[in-house]
This record gives sequence, C-alpha cells and structure tokens, in this order.
Amino acid sequence: MAQAETTELENGIGAAVRRREDLRFITGAGRYTDDLTQPGQLYGFFCRSPYARAELVSIDCAEALAVPGVVDVLTGAQMVADGLGDLPCGWLVKSKDGADMLSAPHPPMAAERVNYVGEPYALVVADSILAAKRGAESVVAEFSELNPVIDLATATHSEDIYPGITHNLAYEWALGDEDATRMAFAKAAHVTTLDIVNNRLIPNAMEPRACLGQFDASSGEYTLYTTSQNPHLERLVLSAFVQVAPEHKLRVIAPDVGGGFGSKIFIYAEETAVIWAAGKVKRPIKWVAERGESFLSDAHGRDHVTHAELAMDESGRFTGLKVVTTANLGAYLSTFGSSVPTYLYGTLLAGQYKTPNIYVEVQGVYTNTAPVDAYRGAGRPEATYVVERIVEQAARELGKDPADLRRMNMIQPEDFPYETPVALVYDTGNYEASLDKALELIDYNNFEARQAAAAEQRKRRGIGFACYIEACGLAPSKLATELGAGVGLYESGEVRINPTGSVSVFTGSHSHGQGHETTFAQVVSDKLGIPYEDIEVIHGDTGRMEFGLGTYGSRSLAVGGSALVVAADKIISKGKKIAAHMMQAQPDQVDFQDGQFSLQDSNQSVSIQEVAFASYVPADYPEDLEPGLTEKAFYDPKNFTYPAGTHVAEVEVDIDTGVTTLVKFVAVDDFGHIINPLIVDGQVHGGVAQGAGQAMMEHGIYDEYGQLQTGSLMDYCMPRADDLPDFDVDTTVTPCTHNPLGVKGCGEAGAIGSPAAIMNAVTHALGNKDISMPATPEKVWRAIRGE
Amino acid sequence: MYQYNYHKPTDLQEAVALFKAADDPMYLSGGMTLIPTMKQRLAAPTDLIDLSQIQEMNGIDSSDGQLQIGAFTRHNQVADAQVVRDTLPVLAYLASQIGDNQVRNRGTIGGSVANSDPAADYPSAVIGLGATVVTSQRRIAGDEFFKDLFETALTPGEIITQIEFPVPTRAAYRKFPNPASRYAVVGVLIADFDGDIRVGVTGAGPCAFRASGIEQVLNSDLTAAALDNIEVPDAGFNSDLHASAEYRAHLVKIMAQRAVQDLLAGA
Amino acid sequence: MTVNGAACEVDVPSNTLLVDILRVELGLTGTHVGCDTSQCGACTVHVDGRAVKSCTVLAPQAEGMQVTTIEGIGTTEQLHPMQAAFRECHALQCGFCTPGMIMQAIDLVENNTNLDNRAIREGLEGNICRCTGYHNIVRAIQSVAD
Repeated sequence: MAQAETTELENGIGAAVRRREDLRFITGAGRYTDDLTQPGQLYGFFCRSPYARAELVSIDCAEALAVPGVVDVLTGAQMVADGLGDLPCGWLVKSKDGADMLSAPHPPMAAERVNYVGEPYALVVADSILAAKRGAESVVAEFSELNPVIDLATATHSEDIYPGITHNLAYEWALGDEDATRMAFAKAAHVTTLDIVNNRLIPNAMEPRACLGQFDASSGEYTLYTTSQNPHLERLVLSAFVQVAPEHKLRVIAPDVGGGFGSKIFIYAEETAVIWAAGKVKRPIKWVAERGESFLSDAHGRDHVTHAELAMDESGRFTGLKVVTTANLGAYLSTFGSSVPTYLYGTLLAGQYKTPNIYVEVQGVYTNTAPVDAYRGAGRPEATYVVERIVEQAARELGKDPADLRRMNMIQPEDFPYETPVALVYDTGNYEASLDKALELIDYNNFEARQAAAAEQRKRRGIGFACYIEACGLAPSKLATELGAGVGLYESGEVRINPTGSVSVFTGSHSHGQGHETTFAQVVSDKLGIPYEDIEVIHGDTGRMEFGLGTYGSRSLAVGGSALVVAADKIISKGKKIAAHMMQAQPDQVDFQDGQFSLQDSNQSVSIQEVAFASYVPADYPEDLEPGLTEKAFYDPKNFTYPAGTHVAEVEVDIDTGVTTLVKFVAVDDFGHIINPLIVDGQVHGGVAQGAGQAMMEHGIYDEYGQLQTGSLMDYCMPRADDLPDFDVDTTVTPCTHNPLGVKGCGEAGAIGSPAAIMNAVTHALGNKDISMPATPEKVWRAIRGE
Repeated sequence: MYQYNYHKPTDLQEAVALFKAADDPMYLSGGMTLIPTMKQRLAAPTDLIDLSQIQEMNGIDSSDGQLQIGAFTRHNQVADAQVVRDTLPVLAYLASQIGDNQVRNRGTIGGSVANSDPAADYPSAVIGLGATVVTSQRRIAGDEFFKDLFETALTPGEIITQIEFPVPTRAAYRKFPNPASRYAVVGVLIADFDGDIRVGVTGAGPCAFRASGIEQVLNSDLTAAALDNIEVPDAGFNSDLHASAEYRAHLVKIMAQRAVQDLLAGA
Repeated sequence: MTVNGAACEVDVPSNTLLVDILRVELGLTGTHVGCDTSQCGACTVHVDGRAVKSCTVLAPQAEGMQVTTIEGIGTTEQLHPMQAAFRECHALQCGFCTPGMIMQAIDLVENNTNLDNRAIREGLEGNICRCTGYHNIVRAIQSVAD
C-alpha cells in the first residue's frame, strides 16, 4: 500500500502488530460480564419449559417466594401486564406471492404457551444463585402438553403450531428467474442433482451469555451490561419494541465478550427480563447462563434441507442452477432469523461462476425447537455448501478434474463488475489466482502418491475443494431496507484528538475477539501519522459512542473501519485549515503526510499534535472555525464486499473404524487489503476449525419429543486441538473497489469454505458415496460397508 | 448443588462409621464424576465423606508378581509412576488415556472402579488383568466385581482400599474414545499370562466384561488376523448418539485386533 | 489454603466450588467458568503444582491446598514465558479460554519432555477454544517447550 513508505510502518496498516488487548486477557485482567459485581446485586435464574409445546395452564409462585433468600418471582404474564412488547424480528421477508412473512408472536417470557424446550417462563430473583435455583425448583407450573412439531422434513404437513400460520410456513421466498432457469434445464446436455442437509449447529462461544441489569431510581436510568455483539441495537430494540425503558434512559454496555460467532447479535429473552426485573425490584440483577442453558436457548445455526440441480452444456459450462431449500427457523423468528436463509443465502448461489440462470425457493418453517439465526457465515456457508458440493459432484459425473471444471466456469477478472442472476454485483476479484495458489500449497500434483501411501495404512485419502464467495460488509442501507431490513447497516465512528495529541477513537463496531483495539488503532495511526501507542480504541458502550450497528457479517473493518477513515479525513481537512492559519497560508496550500501539515513549496510544517493543541487553545485561530479537533462519521457502504477464495481439504478415512481425520487444509483467501496479517490468519484458523466441526463433529439433535439430545459438551462434539491439523493459510489481494481501505472482511471465510471442502474430500475418499454432515465415525463406517 | 455435611475422616473405620451414621451418604474420592453430577443436581447426598486423608488407600507397591495400587491413587500418578511403567506398562498407558490431563490430576482409580461407569477405562484392566479389588471388608475377584450399569459387588458403606493387579507376560490396551466426552466408546485390554489370554472390554456393554469368545480364538491363535472373521454379538450392548450397539460390537473386534498387534509388537 | 503464594482463609458453605472461592470470595476473576460438565477447561488452575479444573473441586477439598491462578504466574510488566508466547503467537482471540489454556499449557510443558505438535495437541484435550482453531496455541506452546 501507499502507506508502506511511511515512518509509522511498524504499527501501521499491514503490520503484524501483537494485540494490545492480549495483555489483560493473558494476565486474567479481562472484564467479562460475569466478572462484574454491583453493590446489593441479586442473582436471577430462569424457569424453563421442559416441554417442546404446551399450554402454560398456571404458575404458582407462593412456595418459591417462601424460599429463604428469594426476593421475587417474575412471570411472563407480569411482563404482559406491564405492557412490554414482543421480541421483534428485524428483517421482513416477503413470500414470492408478495405477502409479508408470518411472524409468530415472541414474548420475552412465555405467558400462555411454550414452544420449545428451554423457553423461559419465569425469573426467580434471589440474594444468591443457590437460593435463586432453589426458588426456581419451587415454582409450580402446570402445563398441558400439545403435539410438538420437530422434524423439519415433515413440518409443513404437521399440525399448525400457531393459529393463522398454516403449514408452519413463515414464508415461501424465491429469487431468480424461474422461467429462464427452466429453459436452461430443458436444453441442458447434463444435469447433476444433489440432496443435502446442512446440519443444525449450536454456537458455543466459550463465554456463556450473561447480563447484569441495574436501575438507578434517582436518575431513572437503566444500565444493562450484557454479552452483546451490538449494544446499540440491543438498546434500540429494548426501547423501541419491548419498551423496557426509553432509549435515552437506557445504557447498554458490552464489556469484554468471550466470543460471539453470531449468537450474541440477537436480543434475547433473558436480558430483556433481567433489565425489566431490575427496575421492578430496584436492585441490580445478574444472570449468567450455565452451559446447559446455552445449549437450549442460544439461537442455533444452519439446519437446512436442500434439493439442488445443476444444468450444463456439452462442454461442462454451467447453464442453470435450481435450488429448493427448507430452512428451519425454530419456534420463533429470532432477531435476524428470517434473513439468514433468504437474502444471506439465495443471493450467494452464483458462487464464483458465470451461471447465467439461477432460481431458488426457500420455505421458512417453524418447528418446536430453539430459534435458528445467524451463526458464523450465516447463510453463506449454506450457499457455498450447495454450490461447491454440486459442482464437485458434477465434475465427478463428467469425469473432469474438479479444479478444471471450476476454472472454466469462473468469472474472470475482466468481467467485473459482474452482476449475478441473484441480485448482487460483485465489484472485483481474481478467483483463479486463489485457486492456483491453493493447488500449489496443497501440492495437488502429488495427491495420488499421498493417496497410495494412505492405502497401505488401510486408509482412504480424499481431496476436496471449495471455491467460495461471500457477501460481507453488511450493508448498503438503502438496498438492505428495500430488501426488508428494519435498520440501516452503516457504521459510526469518531476520532477525537485530545489537546495533548493523544487520540480517543470511538467505534460502533464491537470486538469480542477480533482485535479492533489493535487494528483500528493501526488504521488511525496510519491515516493520521500519530504514534499507535497514543491511540485508544473505545467500543461497546452506548453511553460513550452515539450509535453503532455492531459486529457481524465480517463488517467491522469494511464498514466500521471505513467510518474511522472518513472521520480521520475530516480531521485532516479541518487540520489543514488550522495549520494554514498557523503558517499564514491558505488550506489548499497545505499538504498532510505522516502527521505533518506542510506548506507547499516551503520547508514550513506543523505537526498534527501542534494543530490539535491550537484547536483546543484557540488563541490565534481561524475566525470561522469551531475550536476542537474531533470528528464523527457515519459510513454507509456502497455495496457489499466480496471476499472469495479456495479452500482445499485432504482427509483420511480409517477403513476399519470409519474415523475421518482432517490431515491437510489449505485456505487461500482474498480479503482485499490486510491491516494485520496475524489477526487475519487467526480469523481464518478459527473459522476453519468451526467449519471442520460442522463437517466432522457437531450436530444439534432433538428427539421426537423436542428434547435436545446434544445438550452438553459431553454429547455435542466441539473440535479440540487433537481433532485438527495445522492449517496452511495464505492470501491473494484484489482490493475492494468501493471502500476507502480496500478491505473486504475475513471473519467468516474459514467457516464458509471449509465444510464443503471437507465433505467433498470425505465423499471423494468414500468413492463418491454421499453422506450427510457431520461425517461421524459410525456414519462413515456404514458408508464404507455400502449401507 | 444442594447442601450436605462434609467429613474428612483420617482412617477407614472412621469413614465407614460416618457412612453408617448418615442418612444418605456418599464417599468422595477424586470427585471427577460425582461433583459434576451433584452440580447438575442429579445426586444429592446428605453427607459427603472425603477419602483423601486415609493412609491405607494411598501408595503403589509391587511384590510377588502383583502390582498393588491404593484406591486413592490419581490417574496421573499411575501413568507416571516408574514402578507401574516398569512392571505393568499397559496400566500406565491406560491411565494416561483417561479423560484429560486435569481430570487425571484429580481422578482416582478407586473412584473410577467403584463407580462402574460403562465408559470408564479402568474396569477393562480390572477384568482383563484379573485384578482383585480389596475393600474395607474383603477381597473381590475382578470377574465378580462389575454387576451392571453403575452397579458393583460393593455393599453400602464398603470402600475400595486397593486394587491388586497380577502382572502378565505382556498386555495392551486400545480405546476408541467418544469424540465429545473422550470416555471410551469401546476399550479393550488384552493380557497374555504365559499363553493364557484374558480380554477385558469396557464401553460396549452396561458394565465391563470378559470377552470369552475373543479369548478362545486368541488362546489358539494369538494374531490379529485370527479375529478377522469373528462376530461379536451386540445383544445388550449400549447404543447412543455416538455409536449403535452394532457399531460398538464391530469396534470391539477392531480394538481387540489393534491391541493384539500392539501386544505382539511390544513383546 | 494458599492462593498465589498468600495464605488465605475463607468461610464458605461446604458446597461451594473452588472456582467460586477464587472468583467471588477472592475476586480473582481471571479463572472462568465455561461449562458445567468439566469439559471446557476455562477454569483450570494449578493445585499443588498440577493443573486441575477448579469447577470440579469442592471448597473443603481445597483446604490446605497451594492454588495458583492466572493472576499468580506473571504480571503485565513481567509476563510468564507462556503468557508472553501466547501474545507473541496470537494464540488468543476473545480471551475467555485463555487463562485456563495457559495454566494447562504450563502443566504440559513442565511435566513432559520432547513435546511435538501431536503431543501438544493431545495435551490440550481438556481445554476447548472456539476462536483460534488451536493453530496458534500449539505454536505458542511449542515455542516455550523448545
């Protein structure tokens, strides 16, 4: 980059700066929600439904209230009586006939009916957690069981869960040209079909969700500490929709947050009930999920059943893609639950290819299971899984090398901007560059030798590809709202140069592992030529920054970082006026570089620190200029960003046991410009591990009664260190064309490409026998036996 | 976790007396199973009797072709003890495969054996090596010890004090771990006592058992190939999310074959 | 018991867990709770020099123990080599599993010789990280072991 020549290089854009947030985390000084304690604090524990679907006939709290230490028991009925609203879904999806989606009413705590196991219906507040639990055990709730709808495949012809929502369908959404796609199939020389399941995942951020609500009677202000990826959105929903408190009387703080992966985007029942209850009992209340509660009540991810068909001409060129998906939404529409299997999914079905005709239909279905919403990648892993599995399958059917078939169908650099048949315009990319590098790194030419060596050990070795694309940097607000989003998707930033020349940077993005405190400081340091050490990044507090949409969809740098660049540009612009005045010149005669405002054609210059001081002590100052050197920006992206790349997996399957081992994994990603390669690599590693978990281990399973069978870490298989190999990651760069940093986002790519790559490798090892994710030992063993 | 009365007796008699005097007591050894169970409120003893201070339950000794391991010996102590590594390396290896390092630093052999978790590792050694379980009252033959799912020959209040392992000519253990919990889906220990083969299997059934069918085959032909065509009956085997009874039966065969390979390779 | 070198006495109900003594009674919140089944390892501390899961130790069991937590191994100014390696190798992201991971990593390196990649990975069986994919954790531990 241009900045490469600057003096601040060691901590500027592109430098592998060691993270500053690490110091508190490695010394145990991190401050997570559960680490906070307020004077007079009480503890909350939720009563949760043991049934997947039932009438809540009555609740008797008398015995619970008599438990020593119990302060109050609050129920869903009381929330209704207090006039609190339902939890809203933030994205209105329309069915293909134009009708609005059908939202099931979603009370924060159930008052009349429960619709999934784990749904809260009462909150016990006590002076210790033990007393709260004892109280919860003493709440006597009478249920009248109803038939639950659990199985996704049969949900649309089961009993209706909600009156007025027939066939349990929230919507039947479609995208693309159905007729043109039908024509393409009519003329196809070859059609490949595939039926696949995208398994339900349970996010399992290592920090369980938690919150601490308090109410200050003297000011009437509420403060909610919570494990959120987007505290401003939390505040907006709690005030505008649930109406716990007016927006200006509610402060939401997300302190250190121990991982999110999407699951902490959403506005949940628990924080809603806790902040409301804190106002009622007039004491702070803390709630921390036990892991078992996380399993039951965190929004789950994925859970699709899909039929796909790919049409090709004689040469193997893709001419049409038809996809029909049934998506499990769970019992309620979670905050963004409606958008994930539609706009974040169907729009990505072009992948990296010039498929001219695409048509997708998605049925969004209610079941009596935990709500399903965005989980790392959110819709895009599901789309990639469809496209990359069927393309690999097509190559096998046609007897073509899977890399070659992809290559001949790829959108070429000269094709950009490229408008897909599914509503996106890709701005830039070079897909073959990533593919080529990945082939080299995996040593593709010698795969057969590795395969032969494995065979001698009674192991079948397989190789699989995924050339994924994702749409990140959510999102141009106008487009998003046209498509149904209930909020804009810009981001805010503020750069505040203090009188001494240090900088406070405020961002509406939220870091829960991504390292913004480091990377955003790198960006501002680079832009303003101010030492990295003098720059502090502040986030996660609605009381300190005015607004923000938060962190998800790999948007922080592309949108939040861009906001900071715009704010920094405003600083420079204003600084030029001040510097011009100081040097008795005109602003357009002043240049800015490396922290110095210099007068053209002279050796005169003033530093940004001097300019800052002058702005705060405006003794001799431009007349028409306000004092101070602080600038804000709201950056609304012009388009999505389109990170893309090639992932290649090699697995070995133990013929005797069915155990599948991921032995080699290469990820070559194009994230545009990179601010901190150390952090980017780490994001890819983590994403690949999660994708490997999906492909080989993880599966959220309900039994026919709606009881979660994988409700603890004893049964839900999380990837451990010994399940994974070292990863070989690299990048290619085509800078994003429409944001000032040329960045695209890197948070989700690993989880998007890897499931398809790994399952393509597994099915390759199995001689093209298809199995569903996860490729658990018994399933693979049965496939080997030909079952 | 519910309230309970906590006791830390210093000798066996005191422990047994405390047990008899309490309403619904439980002994606490390493606590690696009991404490999580109590946290989840699936166990609620009135009294918890901590066995950590009882001298006669500690120590590892080797004599007369036997290895004696005090019931309170922690898994990592078994795994790391030179005397175990020298005289009964299969047991050191087995101990090193239990749970994870943190669990091995707390969990004890006595606690594991007394619990008779169908997926625990040690029971396969008790069976496969023909160990003797020494208790506060008597000596129980390994073959007679495990009765059913979480059921043993122990009577209420009886405490395992020591386990005596006969030292075989050679032995090997192979485990197929549950990918999530890391307990044994199937674990097979094969021991060769001067040509007399014993096979202890854990994980597959409700409790550990001797695989007499496999013993028979191996007694006449101690090779992995000898097991190629055996059918392990899966009647009564455990079946769960991670492995059906049929798959477990298959794994018994495969783990047995691999144990035989290890045993022969180590000989 | 002794915590981070200092003698301390707490009066808690017998059904209190060691992790709650550390976090609530002593304010040592660097030790975290990530599960309730002794799987995740976020609560790992050293007891008498060995790594244990403090969520699975009862208060009265801890009587007389020497306990070391993440707060007791180094400071920002003087990091323990394992802490320094985690930072250097970017072996943490959200930081929640990190204290337990570091405590287990120290036990691993102190009690084993010739640790290779596989042995390190197997040694982390009792610790779950959802962020890093373990790649950089393994690198960090390897750098200390070498």
